[in-house]
Amino acid sequence: MPTVKGDGMRGLAVFISDIRNCKSKEAEIKRINKELANIRSKFKGDKTLDGYQKKKYVCKLLFIFLLGHDIDFGHMEAVNLLSSNKYTEKQIGYLFISVLVGASSDLMKLVIQSIKNDLVSRNPIHINLALHCMANVGSREMADSVGGDIPKLLTSGETIDSVKQSAGLTLLRLQRSSPEMIPLGEWTSRIIHLLNDQHMGVVTSATSLIEALVRKNPDEYKSCVSLAVSRLSRIVTASYTDLQDYTYYFVPAPWLSVKLLRLLQNYPPPEDPSVRTRLTECLETILNKAQEPPKSKKVQHSNAKNAVLFEAINLIIHMDSDPNLLVRACNQLGQFLQHKETNLRYLALESMCLLATSEFSHEAVKKHQDTVITALKTERDVSVRQRAVDLLYAMCDRSNAEEIVGEMLEYLESADYSIREEMVLKVAILAEKYAVDYTWYVDVILNLIRIAGDYVSEEVWYRVIQIVINRDDVQGYAAKTVFEALQAPACHENMVKVGGYILGEFGNLIAGDPRSSPLVQFQLLHSKYHLCSPNTRGLLLSTYIKFINLFPEIKTSIQEILGSDNNLRNPDVELQQRCIEYLQLSTVASPDVLATVLEEMPPFPERESSILAKLKKKKPTATAEGGEEKEKEPRTIPQAQVSTAEPAAPVPLQPVGNTAPAANTGGAIDLLGLDTAPAPAAPAASSGLGFLVDVFGDQPATNGVDDDSLTPGAEENFKKFFCKQNGVLFENDLLQIGIKAEYRQNLARVGVFFGNKTTFQFTNFTSNLVLADSIKSAVSVQPKAVDPVVDGGAQVQQLFNIECIDNFTDAPLLKISFTHSGQMQKLNLKLPVIISKFLEPAEMNSEAFFTRWKALSQPEQECQKIFKAQFPQDTEQVKQKVLGFGLSILQGIDPNPDNFVSSAILHTRNQQVGCLVRLEPNKQMQMYRLTIRSTKPEISKALGDLLETQF
Amino acid sequence: MILISIVAKQEGLDSSKPVEAQDLGSLVKKIMMQFMLLFSRQGKLRLQKWFSAYPDRVKKKTTRELITLVLQRKPKMCSFLEWKDLKIVYKRYASLYFCCAIENDDNELLTLEVIHRYVELLDKYFGSVCELDIIFNFEKAYFMLDEFLLGGEVQESSKKNVLKAIAAQDLLQEDEEPHGFLDELGFTSPNAW
Repeated sequence: MPTVKGDGMRGLAVFISDIRNCKSKEAEIKRINKELANIRSKFKGDKTLDGYQKKKYVCKLLFIFLLGHDIDFGHMEAVNLLSSNKYTEKQIGYLFISVLVGASSDLMKLVIQSIKNDLVSRNPIHINLALHCMANVGSREMADSVGGDIPKLLTSGETIDSVKQSAGLTLLRLQRSSPEMIPLGEWTSRIIHLLNDQHMGVVTSATSLIEALVRKNPDEYKSCVSLAVSRLSRIVTASYTDLQDYTYYFVPAPWLSVKLLRLLQNYPPPEDPSVRTRLTECLETILNKAQEPPKSKKVQHSNAKNAVLFEAINLIIHMDSDPNLLVRACNQLGQFLQHKETNLRYLALESMCLLATSEFSHEAVKKHQDTVITALKTERDVSVRQRAVDLLYAMCDRSNAEEIVGEMLEYLESADYSIREEMVLKVAILAEKYAVDYTWYVDVILNLIRIAGDYVSEEVWYRVIQIVINRDDVQGYAAKTVFEALQAPACHENMVKVGGYILGEFGNLIAGDPRSSPLVQFQLLHSKYHLCSPNTRGLLLSTYIKFINLFPEIKTSIQEILGSDNNLRNPDVELQQRCIEYLQLSTVASPDVLATVLEEMPPFPERESSILAKLKKKKPTATAEGGEEKEKEPRTIPQAQVSTAEPAAPVPLQPVGNTAPAANTGGAIDLLGLDTAPAPAAPAASSGLGFLVDVFGDQPATNGVDDDSLTPGAEENFKKFFCKQNGVLFENDLLQIGIKAEYRQNLARVGVFFGNKTTFQFTNFTSNLVLADSIKSAVSVQPKAVDPVVDGGAQVQQLFNIECIDNFTDAPLLKISFTHSGQMQKLNLKLPVIISKFLEPAEMNSEAFFTRWKALSQPEQECQKIFKAQFPQDTEQVKQKVLGFGLSILQGIDPNPDNFVSSAILHTRNQQVGCLVRLEPNKQMQMYRLTIRSTKPEISKALGDLLETQF
Repeated sequence: MILISIVAKQEGLDSSKPVEAQDLGSLVKKIMMQFMLLFSRQGKLRLQKWFSAYPDRVKKKTTRELITLVLQRKPKMCSFLEWKDLKIVYKRYASLYFCCAIENDDNELLTLEVIHRYVELLDKYFGSVCELDIIFNFEKAYFMLDEFLLGGEVQESSKKNVLKAIAAQDLLQEDEEPHGFLDELGFTSPNAW
């Protein structure tokens, strides 16, 4: 048994020895159970246990817990130890609480009382014990009841340094668990000035606290920048003897340096020129030191030195403003790429990824391409190879794409399974992004399928087909290449899909060659048919019917297959139906009709197909109805309410909205084109489009938008603004439209930014806000005109001043038109100005909340929705959305802490309406229940409809 | 459009992690160190320090997974590895592995030196520390850690100052009355251990 330090509880040491001597797991458990029984009986029966014994038993329990066993008693005894006047007993008590007692324990009240007592102790060691316990447990309750005393302790001149250090980090922990509990307003300046403290330990601890506070409130703490820079400057210029024990293996204060460098990463480069110069000097000094010969051979020296260096490089990248520093950083990392330490190679690859994204250092990073490729091939550790893949991806551009993609493809053959899927996506993205020659792109994707077919997701092979269809220069090549690829004896099913699709469209382009005559093509495809899943077979059947159109000479062979027993009576309904319908189509339709029906696919619009966009446009109504229906069951809403709350939707649209989106999610319909699933034929026809035309999608007009319908994607982007004010509303190859909005009560200022992404002028540029009749009286808009010419690469702004007069449900329509390269472009977007933007969050206590909640108990004042979660039910994200929507988050009202309770005031010119909201996530079911109450039924309803789409 | 969805898919790769890992991530945002584990080559846990509140179930699962993961690694491999949305930094000293979990953007090299400084502290205090010292004096190892790291951040990087604080604690306990030998052996209360 080794010597036991300190007060040595012999009983504990003997017990530990016993456990170690146990020959088997069973013996150990037996010994532990015996001990547990003993301690239990001691705690229960023997009233005369003294402090020492209690401490010993509590310590044994702790040991047993740390061995991995559950401990369900002894907590009370541990709490008793806290009030002991013997330090070691108190200390063990606190340790037990820190390790074993959760923040939610019933005993917390007693613990907090002890903490309170110890915090006012005259002995700083006792104060520190209490602080450590708070920092370890960090509960809300503690923050609430004792947290208020900590800032004073931290900043008071009378507090000794070691207590200040603990107080700083305790405060940090309490702030994290409940930021709103401890207001720091009056202490801010004193906390910032701790950066000037004489004691390096105090500065070390305070810097962490300040960084956390800065993340929450950068403006309030802005003055810390210059203090941090000067502190940093003093450290990096210090000789290693200056800082005495804060020098670590000849590196002056590495921990503090890193913390300061991280703190500065929360701010843009300093505005004050002198501060900025000083910071640049610091960073240069750090880079210079990296070149100096090491002062020690110990790895600790180089680690500490490089830790500071990497953090400095992070700051340089963050500021992204000084080309000289960026290039120097890059050269330094370049040296590390070939360092003998694996750790440094790993970190260099990682940091270089960031450097590759900066315009100043991108070229410098590219110089190391060969080294990185070597790393990819030779590193023995997969985590390092993964970094190399990331870096290659980041440094790729048009100049080196072919080589990088080639190397990645080569590596993919032997790559670890864990990184294959990601690599496939990366290769696919790079190949498309930087393709000059699309035959290369086709080769790359087919290679991907060949090498790693299992990891090629639908998006990837959908995309290659879209591109082939949109570029007629590559169609013949693609047909030839897939034909060749399909001749491999075993080829991946994804290859069959791509091959089937492409030959169905463009097989005629290679049919002249007798080696790939129509019949050969057909037989080749059909030789794979039986090995494929029903999904692929369906696709092949569509190819076959297209072949009948392309190659009438093989019609009979195909009809034979379509009409075979195996197909016509296939247990798969979809396949059966396709066969029957295609067979019928090939028999009854004249060649002309067949040619029309099976015409070549029109080019895909760059965005989604118009038919999908159309369906989605109807979707809000559809989902709203769905929601109402769902809630009818559990809640039995009075019938009257349903009918008033639900404006009658246009009848012909209902079935489309209800059935079609479910059937046609995903992009599959785009590609298959010939999907003959029992489509919503009748209603579609009634909306004015014939069945066949409809299935093929609208012929893309100028850019797929007629005068009134929304531009594809507009609805989705519009919805993204429900919980935020700024962002990108629309983007295509030509134009990016950004929104910046400010709201004050019932007034709004909305800035719309049009960025011309091309190098050519837009002329005849107009942008008008159109208000539907339904909202003309509810919203008033004062637009500013916008310049009719937008130069290439330029951005223009249009400002709208908007006043909300009354509740409204339709958003204003932003109609944009301009001429680009002689072509008229039109966009119709929804401006994200919705009623909820005029909400102002309101705070109230639980009493006020419940009084109001009860007062709004008329059924029509409430709108409730129960819906499935569309996004992960992450508490933090939900919280951000609720806040972003304009609601407050009221704490301590709902007994269930997972629920969100909010209140807000809706400002319109005509009235102000108080709204109360409760959102209850059910994580098990992945559902939400949303309840909104306000005095105005239409407002409850409007807010419900909006909020429902966001979670 | 597909490009975007591919990127989204890629992002999806991250978000498709098991729910537990996500919970872990959201619980512990912005703490320098999330937890520290000490375990032996045989995979026995010797010390665990969690700087944020985790459910016991998660703690146990995390510990199991990480011990297996780290013990599988070969010498000369990188000391850093990505695990869920955290980064693991580990180092072996004799029979003991020291393993820390930090945020992805935290400083890996400095974390290695946090481990080293802690080892130095233990070494100085116990005089050539070995695994047994930590087993038999686990409470001391915890007290030392509290003086060095608090809330997952370095509180005091000076070795001298940390040892001074521990010495001051030891001094307090020596003031307390020593217990009699008989008492220790449990003669006053039979079967005391």
